[in-house]
Amino acid sequence: MKSYFSTLFTGAWSLILGLKVTIKALFSPIVTCQYPREKMEVTPNYRGHIDLVKFADTGAHKCISCGSCMRDCPSDCIVVEGEKREGVKGKVLTIFTLDFTKCSLCGACVEVCPTKALDYCNDYELAGFTREEFYFDLLKRVEERE
Amino acid sequence: MAMDVEILEDPKHHRYVLNMGPQHPSTHGVLRVLLELEGEYAMELLPVLGYGHRCHEKIAEHKPVKSFMPNTARMDYLGALIYNHGYAQLLERAAGIEVPERVEYIRVITSELNRIQSHLLWYGAYLLDLGAFTPIMYAFDDREHILDILEDVTGSRLTYCYFRVGGVSKDIDDKFVTSTRAFVKRLRSRFPMYEDLVNGNVILQNRLNDVGELTPHTCARYGITGPLLRGTGVAYDMRRAEPYSIYSQFDFEIPTGTKGDCMASFMVRFHELEQSLRIIEQALDGLPEGPIMTPKVPKKLKIPAGDYNSSVEAPRGELSYYLVSDGSDVPYRLKVRTPSYSNLSVVPEMCQGMLLSDVVSAMGALDLVIPEIDR
Repeated sequence: MKSYFSTLFTGAWSLILGLKVTIKALFSPIVTCQYPREKMEVTPNYRGHIDLVKFADTGAHKCISCGSCMRDCPSDCIVVEGEKREGVKGKVLTIFTLDFTKCSLCGACVEVCPTKALDYCNDYELAGFTREEFYFDLLKRVEERE
Repeated sequence: MAMDVEILEDPKHHRYVLNMGPQHPSTHGVLRVLLELEGEYAMELLPVLGYGHRCHEKIAEHKPVKSFMPNTARMDYLGALIYNHGYAQLLERAAGIEVPERVEYIRVITSELNRIQSHLLWYGAYLLDLGAFTPIMYAFDDREHILDILEDVTGSRLTYCYFRVGGVSKDIDDKFVTSTRAFVKRLRSRFPMYEDLVNGNVILQNRLNDVGELTPHTCARYGITGPLLRGTGVAYDMRRAEPYSIYSQFDFEIPTGTKGDCMASFMVRFHELEQSLRIIEQALDGLPEGPIMTPKVPKKLKIPAGDYNSSVEAPRGELSYYLVSDGSDVPYRLKVRTPSYSNLSVVPEMCQGMLLSDVVSAMGALDLVIPEIDR
């Protein structure tokens, strides 16, 4: 009988202790972010999908269409094509597409690039209804960017 | 008429089959458990696997060894860095690559943060399965800090691909060190709160004590490792049993239980949080300067013919990679031994004759990550 009451008491006390924690939390500041009304700042090191970098000194990308990224990609999601043009040294990039549905953001392409022409972007709000929305034309993106 | 009576009198016909999952919350993924119930007692259990099978081991046989790194993170999405660690270590051992000291320290710090993150998620989700909604909010509050810290250095929040053969992809900075130290302090100050909120709770005590008891012998038969094995009193941890990386330099304890029930493994995991914090603190104190990448890693990494093994302590137990190479840069065979697979295999024996609600307790205590089982 005595142990019955002591169990009852310790049990009830444990519940009161738990409630104390939750009541304290009720009066402590909010820790959540009210997305989408508020947005958190994303660290610049965040790895979004890759993008061609627009260099300030030339106002253009530095891709030499060597295709290293295409060969090193574990998921075969990059397509790079270039062509020889008269009067221009080296190859000129004509196609650079990324199939983001297959990309696993490992960073092999960024690390292998000999001219540092690739970098991660900071887009995280990616949602779409079709697959095609995630086939990115990176060449078009870099030309359109400010 | 006579036949109906026969059916009613035969106890086997009182049984009925219930599907738990493929989406039941306590299975944390797409696992299906066939339960044969007699009243509310589970008489037979049969886990049905394969819903998340993605042929990771077969994929490994078809591409250069280095390209498999992102896949390792997707096997166990909660212990991604530890899976990275095991694989990087395997290739380094196979190709005879020395790793700079700073890299080892960075690997240990981030891996331990990853372990804490995994345990915190399990802590919240397990209690959610048991019917307590609030704890997951507190656990996620703490976990969020780790995700932010790791996001800043690795670039992702869950499926990290941070480690490279011979190094890591990005160096840690002062911001990382200060925020990690702040986190260590914060989590330590929160332990008494967790004790009050959860660990002492009478409902939890009653639901976990003496449920799903395991013995060291059972664990040995099924190959159970990790907190479940340590809950039975066996202090077996790969970080001590076969000290890899620089774990031999740190002073930490291996928490163990005695009874081997759900409460024992619950407390083992809870105490492991503190031990991981201790390792992180010591590693931050001793963090040396230096390069973050070995200079001589060939672009096309050829593995000498032979077989290689690397084992690490994942949050759920012992993780092993076994690589057979024929001398080319593509593995002949890569076998991954994941802890959850062995841990799950004990379910039919452990849960036989249990109440259905206890099955949820016992299976939650296994801390199953289904993509790791299916691979």
